Amino acid sequence: MNTILISILILGGTGIFLAVLIYYVSEKFKVIEDPRIDEVEAALPAANCGGCGFPGCRGFAVACVEADSLDHLNCTVGGIETMGKVASILGKTVVEHAPTVAVVRCGGTCEHRPRMNEYDGVKHCFIAHNLYSGETGCSWGCLGFGDCELACDFGAIKVNPVTKIPEVDEDKCTSCGACVRACPKNLIEIRKKGPKSRRVYVNCRNKEKGHISRKACNVSCIGCKKCIKVCPHEAITIAENLAFIHDDKCKLCRKCVEACPTNAIVELNFPPRKIKVENAELQHVE
Amino acid sequence: MKTFRIGGIHPEENKLSAGQRIKTITLPERVVIPLAHYSGRPSNAVVKRGDQVKVGQLIGKADGYVSANVHSSVSGKVAKVDVQLDASGYKRPAVFIDVEGDEWLETIDLTPDIERKCHFSKEEILTKIQSAGIVGLGGATFPAHVKLSPPPGKKAEVLIINAVECEPYLTCDHQLMMEKGEEILVGVTILMKVLEVKKAVIGIENNKKDAVEHLSKIAQSYPGISVEPLKVRYPQGGEKQLIDAILKRQVPSGKIPIEVGAVVMNVATTFAVYEAVQKEKPLIERVMTISGKDVKKPGNYLVRLGVYLSEVVKQTGGVPKGTGKIIGGGPMMGRSLMNLDVPMAKGSAGIVFVNEKEALRKKDKNCIRCAKCVTVCPMGLEPYLLMNQSEREMWIEMERNRVMDCIECGSCSYTCPSNRPLLDYIRYGKSTVGLRIRKRQTEKV
Repeated sequence: MNTILISILILGGTGIFLAVLIYYVSEKFKVIEDPRIDEVEAALPAANCGGCGFPGCRGFAVACVEADSLDHLNCTVGGIETMGKVASILGKTVVEHAPTVAVVRCGGTCEHRPRMNEYDGVKHCFIAHNLYSGETGCSWGCLGFGDCELACDFGAIKVNPVTKIPEVDEDKCTSCGACVRACPKNLIEIRKKGPKSRRVYVNCRNKEKGHISRKACNVSCIGCKKCIKVCPHEAITIAENLAFIHDDKCKLCRKCVEACPTNAIVELNFPPRKIKVENAELQHVE
Repeated sequence: MKTFRIGGIHPEENKLSAGQRIKTITLPERVVIPLAHYSGRPSNAVVKRGDQVKVGQLIGKADGYVSANVHSSVSGKVAKVDVQLDASGYKRPAVFIDVEGDEWLETIDLTPDIERKCHFSKEEILTKIQSAGIVGLGGATFPAHVKLSPPPGKKAEVLIINAVECEPYLTCDHQLMMEKGEEILVGVTILMKVLEVKKAVIGIENNKKDAVEHLSKIAQSYPGISVEPLKVRYPQGGEKQLIDAILKRQVPSGKIPIEVGAVVMNVATTFAVYEAVQKEKPLIERVMTISGKDVKKPGNYLVRLGVYLSEVVKQTGGVPKGTGKIIGGGPMMGRSLMNLDVPMAKGSAGIVFVNEKEALRKKDKNCIRCAKCVTVCPMGLEPYLLMNQSEREMWIEMERNRVMDCIECGSCSYTCPSNRPLLDYIRYGKSTVGLRIRKRQTEKV
């Protein structure tokens, strides 16, 4: 009888002592966290894509709570809707950021850019890029082994098996920038999505002189400056034989698309033109 | 017979062009002399469009210490200084020269007599080697004057001449030894004088018995130089493997051979040193092998730098029927050429034609954990592990597993029964880890 009593007392006593100790320690070293961080995190899409520039949604929530204004913060996945919710939780105002999307700037399909050799090593863009310039004559263009496809967490970018060029699904793309970092040729760019997803951009990254790039690919930018001359908004600049359309200045007038002699400037999601109906398909390189 | 301690393979030797006398390739109408080197910074052009140049005239000046001078290999008029596609399809700076006659600089001694006595001091020889633009002709094209100037506090004890030529098919060094044996030994004495060493060993694999005999006979009249026949095993031509084979010393990880008192020079480089010091002739030509199972007349050719490989191939019988792949260099370490219109560079040791059947890789299967790759790795690495880590982008772990020690010899890929692309992934990991290390070092500074 005595033995049982002693053991109950010792065990019970130790238990009570430890409970008091744990309670004291937890009170003493309590981490006080802003409860709004949890609320903001719950409002975020939980994609953890890193498109905002922070390590995951939690990191972004902390940044939102700590920031003085939300002007420079944007969740590319949720857009204005999510940011509105975040703003209402924090009692701050929010500015609308233009929605962006990933754009692959290479039009060198098998048809336009003939294959000159066959690569039978590991089908991985980075490994092929380490080894040599690629299967075609253009050392700037897409290798087509789909590192961007592997990098995308949303299944938004897929290499078209026919053209061997990746295509972006605009509805799925959150413009997180994973594909931009994955591409060894730096072909992918985050651009403004544009009104009704309408965009005009130079579909080429080749910085060679015109005759060299044209030899390798039919739809390469040859740096002829015709687009600069027709652009009424001064939205186009040429550096190292390559044109670039600045999406903040471009008013989508499409004059450059018509002027480009190599069809290197493409328009996306525009209604078909009335005059050049037969050419519309060519220009819709999606 | 000696060989290195761990790893190694023995691929089919296929030395089809062995014993073929060195023939000279006639000059084409235009040459394109590359200014970039495989290792070190590219040289700066010192000629411009319209300049008249003679054979041996300086056209590219070394940019910094780890770089090499480039000389004109022909006489004629500079057409332009522009970019030229190299064997991997990227643009590199080069000088384009239209050939007119064959007029050499007056200072170059063109007589065939062998100059045995070297009257120059150590410093004079080093300056001559540096100004002649001599680089390692084994393939890495590392500037020779850098290798011959050991860092302060380090002293060379032995000079090792790398005449191993462990790559299958290649025979250019073998034939050079047979034809220019005496000159090579004079070159060795010059290198010994520069390094202030008393002992030199010429390492030759035993599949070149005639070269071993020939050089041993000549070496009898040169004190301190010995010839060491080695067991045939790839990659014995690797610097660290050769030191291990001959001296039984192991170069520590991340260190250079001088750490164990050895300096390794290629045999073709030694010949170039002889020509530069005794004949005042800069590095403007080298011997290369044209070979392959379907090539009608495999042979060894003396080619001026800057001649298009397509021109060399045209003069030596053209591309054989059914060729699936053309490799620049040996089949183990060489890279397939995407284009024959690339100029001959200082490191081009050969062109090997591979037929369609052998050109393509076999389909890779799963790793069966047989550890054959671990057995053959001459650096004692674990290729299967490095490949897995490279696939998963585990750079920190790869660095810890000494990926930077990999010499990219390809023994692991060669031996893998599942045809796994081990070297492809390891090379990718090595370049990424190398970038990370360099970035860390610059941040520290």
